Amino acid sequence: MNRRTLLKGAFASLAVARAEEAQNYALESGRPFRIWDDHCHLGSIPGDTPEERMTALVRWADRLGIERLLLSQGYCTALHPTPAQFQEENDRVMRAVHRFPDRSFGSVYLSPAYPEFSVQEFNRCVRDGPMVCIGEVEADKPCSVPEMDLIVERAATMQVPILQHTWLKIGGNEPGESTPYDVVALAKRHPDVPFVCVHTGGDWERGIRIIRDTKNVSAEIAGSNPTSGFVEMAVRELGAERVIYGSDVGGRSFASQLGKVLGAEIPDSAKELILGGNLRRLLTPILRAKGYRL
Amino acid sequence: MIDVNVSLSRWPFRRLVGDEPDGLVANLRKRNVGQAWAGTFDGILHKDLSSANERLASDCRRYGSGLFVPFGSINPKLPDWQEDLRRCQEEHKMPGIRLHPNYHGYDLKDSAFSELLRLSSSRRLIVQVAVRMEDERTQHPLMRVAPVDISPLADVIKSERGVRVLVLNWNPLEDLETAQKLASTGRVWFDISMVESVGGVARLVQAISIQQVLFGSHYPLFYFESALLKVREGGFAEAEARAILEDNARRLLGT
Repeated sequence: MNRRTLLKGAFASLAVARAEEAQNYALESGRPFRIWDDHCHLGSIPGDTPEERMTALVRWADRLGIERLLLSQGYCTALHPTPAQFQEENDRVMRAVHRFPDRSFGSVYLSPAYPEFSVQEFNRCVRDGPMVCIGEVEADKPCSVPEMDLIVERAATMQVPILQHTWLKIGGNEPGESTPYDVVALAKRHPDVPFVCVHTGGDWERGIRIIRDTKNVSAEIAGSNPTSGFVEMAVRELGAERVIYGSDVGGRSFASQLGKVLGAEIPDSAKELILGGNLRRLLTPILRAKGYRL
Repeated sequence: MIDVNVSLSRWPFRRLVGDEPDGLVANLRKRNVGQAWAGTFDGILHKDLSSANERLASDCRRYGSGLFVPFGSINPKLPDWQEDLRRCQEEHKMPGIRLHPNYHGYDLKDSAFSELLRLSSSRRLIVQVAVRMEDERTQHPLMRVAPVDISPLADVIKSERGVRVLVLNWNPLEDLETAQKLASTGRVWFDISMVESVGGVARLVQAISIQQVLFGSHYPLFYFESALLKVREGGFAEAEARAILEDNARRLLGT
């Protein structure tokens, strides 16, 4: 995506073409950003099947020049999914990815509430299936519980990253909902496994500080208001190599989350990392192992 | 392009890129915003709103060479707020006002709000109602403010035929029934700064008239590009995009 392609179409008229002229999202080199989104769901998307929903999602992604979508959780909105529901949602994700193999990857939905089942599901979907990542892990128990270790050890054998949902709600989290503190506790027990602190706790000014000293944890910007300063602070405190773009569609838009990066006062080189370079780096071992194109 | 939702002065909890007037001008110009309807962050917590509105009007005159259109803050719970309203229109030549009912301690069923709407209507002022400023889940622990319940608005404006209300910082898709009820009055408009879900602005346009959807960024508290990219994500035809980005606001200001 570059300056011209980003806004082409929506701002084609004379009256608004000036808006396009003012934008400069392209790298100085003129190369477009390669945008990979680490955080996509099929929930809240129109369509009766995973394939239909994925078709709609790709159409929206195309408008913003997003190349790859990392899908997880299927349609799921349940706070306490059963093993059967986890399987069903993972199957939906694999159907969607199968329909668009060049535009998407799948990430397996698991829970520390069912550690033995989760390992079996990891084997089904990642070791023996097409998926390339774990998470967004969200349900039932904070990720700092010892039951999570079995899942992380399994992930380590295949060098896959773990996307862990976190929030820091001023009114209190949901029972069992993880915070960045939980991610840090887990990551310190597994210093060789890459973790993504999904949402960076939502309250990013606290979340960034919490994960700052834990080098195997990256900050993910998805699923919160596009509040100015988020990406700048993350880059300043963590380095651009530890900041990852994601959207949390369909509940959020691609636009509001992409705007955090494209609107940030940071160098293009940092944007390149955040918009896709870092995710590609984290996924490189498993993608190579599976023979996928990077 | 007309941005109906920007703010001058300082957000109380964080310094922002663009929170100096000259910086705000430069950043809006860089994005080719030709007109920005500007409120002031001071209007949220300051009690001396006369002074806050004076500064707003002054900054809008001094900076931007006509870029800013000032929208003064009115708190109908303050003594003699009617004088503030008079000054906004007669002295500062403002075309509208911006309200923060949740920060000022009233709801939309309050008789003071009805009175404010009545006087604003008689003065032909546009009334911006900010539903929220930020995500309630991430507010400062000593400053927790619930969003405005916008649902009573349809009944409140029934008797004010000339009123024009622009709802800021709300996601109408969270309560489409209320949004459609408000839109059907023909006297309520919505900005897109907090419209969410993928393709959200297109979904909103399908649910209500496109003429009531306006480009508002909530800049500089939000990244400007968020709102801009929402229009892009919507996949609108040229005329539709232009309506959202500029024509609807121009029409509202001109009516």
